[in-house]
Amino acid sequence: MDIPKSFLGYKRENGRAGTRNHVIILPVDDISNACAEAVSNNIKGTIALPHSYGRLQFGADLELHFRTMIGTGKNPNVAAVIVIGIEPKWTKRIVDAIAKTGKPVEGFSIEGVGDIETIAKVSKKAQEFSMWASEKQREECPISDLWISVKCGESDTTSGLASNPTVGNLMDKLEPLGVHLCFGETSELTGAENVCAKRGKTKEAQDKFMKTWSSYNDFILKEATNDLSESQPTAGNIAGGLTTIEEKAFGNFQKIGSREFIDVLEPAEEPSKGKGLYFMDTSSAAAECVTLQAAGGFNIHLFPTGQGNIIGNPIEPVIKLTANPLTAKTMSEHIDLDVSKILSREMNLDQAGDELIKATLKVANGRLTCAEALGHKEFVMTKLYRSA
Amino acid sequence: MAKTDIIIHDKKDNVGVIVVEKVSKGQDCGCWIMENDASNNIKSEAEIPLGHKIALQDFKEGDTIIKYGHDIGKVVKSIKKGDHVHVHNVKTKKW
Repeated sequence: MDIPKSFLGYKRENGRAGTRNHVIILPVDDISNACAEAVSNNIKGTIALPHSYGRLQFGADLELHFRTMIGTGKNPNVAAVIVIGIEPKWTKRIVDAIAKTGKPVEGFSIEGVGDIETIAKVSKKAQEFSMWASEKQREECPISDLWISVKCGESDTTSGLASNPTVGNLMDKLEPLGVHLCFGETSELTGAENVCAKRGKTKEAQDKFMKTWSSYNDFILKEATNDLSESQPTAGNIAGGLTTIEEKAFGNFQKIGSREFIDVLEPAEEPSKGKGLYFMDTSSAAAECVTLQAAGGFNIHLFPTGQGNIIGNPIEPVIKLTANPLTAKTMSEHIDLDVSKILSREMNLDQAGDELIKATLKVANGRLTCAEALGHKEFVMTKLYRSA
Repeated sequence: MAKTDIIIHDKKDNVGVIVVEKVSKGQDCGCWIMENDASNNIKSEAEIPLGHKIALQDFKEGDTIIKYGHDIGKVVKSIKKGDHVHVHNVKTKKW
């Protein structure tokens, strides 16, 4: 197949391109959710991103909170941002960092004013942003403007056999065209960690990966009360035939095809070494992982599933594919691409990879994903440890 | 092309994955090895559902299960060729 060299995206002030054109109302903290949701209810064309944290966090956990907030605002799928916090200092820190992209952003704080007056003030600004963003048109953008993240979920053996290798086939075909790619799931590479480390392009990348994985594994060994067999693989994985974490890990690993990763990113860190594949240190919980990847700047997501994970994200469209014929039938409203014909050998991986490229470009051009049509917008902050 | 009931990732693998709704006890199953595009047959000794694994050889306690050409865990209860391989007879080596 001749791979199209471009897609229709929204060009942003900083040179990136978006596959979506959202105006987001971003609460800095849990107690500002009500305000953010009231504004998004008042003003059409805006979306609130409520979450559970943002108070009394400290150290690396607080830095991750800021990185996730700021990265979400900076994502090219976002046209304009309103930040609402209880107090002005943290709010301003987020606003100032997002403003560096050149996109419209404004911050508001609630203390000393109250919800009702804040909602009125913010709604005025949100209306202005929403109407401004609605004028934006899609323009032709090079395919290298796609930043594609991947994560699998509710995996079973069909994931490792077919849907994950389909994603790997797409990576093998699109990486030479200059796209950015990202995989994560530190915990779910357990059992395949040495094989994965060898895929680091440089010794530095390999060592960084092993350091990241070991630090996670040490934490698990310290916190685990007996073993993780109850959680990894999950009950859904086991029902689907996956027996051990090692089996799950080697299946998971098929998603990167034969690519090598150039760097290891902190959770929600933006890549800085140019085009190519990155590993991001993330949880393997679907919504947490995709939220972190979106905050890293990725603008379209591929999500292979076996037993049928239904996740979506508010700003990064999540495309789901499955090779499990039962899931494709019983959960069809969640599945953007059915590659189960690989198992009956009526389709090969090369063909499946092409179909996934076509589906990805359709969504990049504006077609809604199943998760978007169904209203899935899971925005889940990763928390590293308890607050002060 | 013969009907494929079981797919095997790598020629070194000692288990295969059921890719039809299920195989029945005593069924003569068609296997396809992805790595080298080879085909062979195996008799199933149990009913095994879609996505679950079948033993391609006899195993005794302590043996290693190979899939994707890699170690994916240890046998904790002996398994006969053609039997269902899963959490009742195989465990991780990680924890």
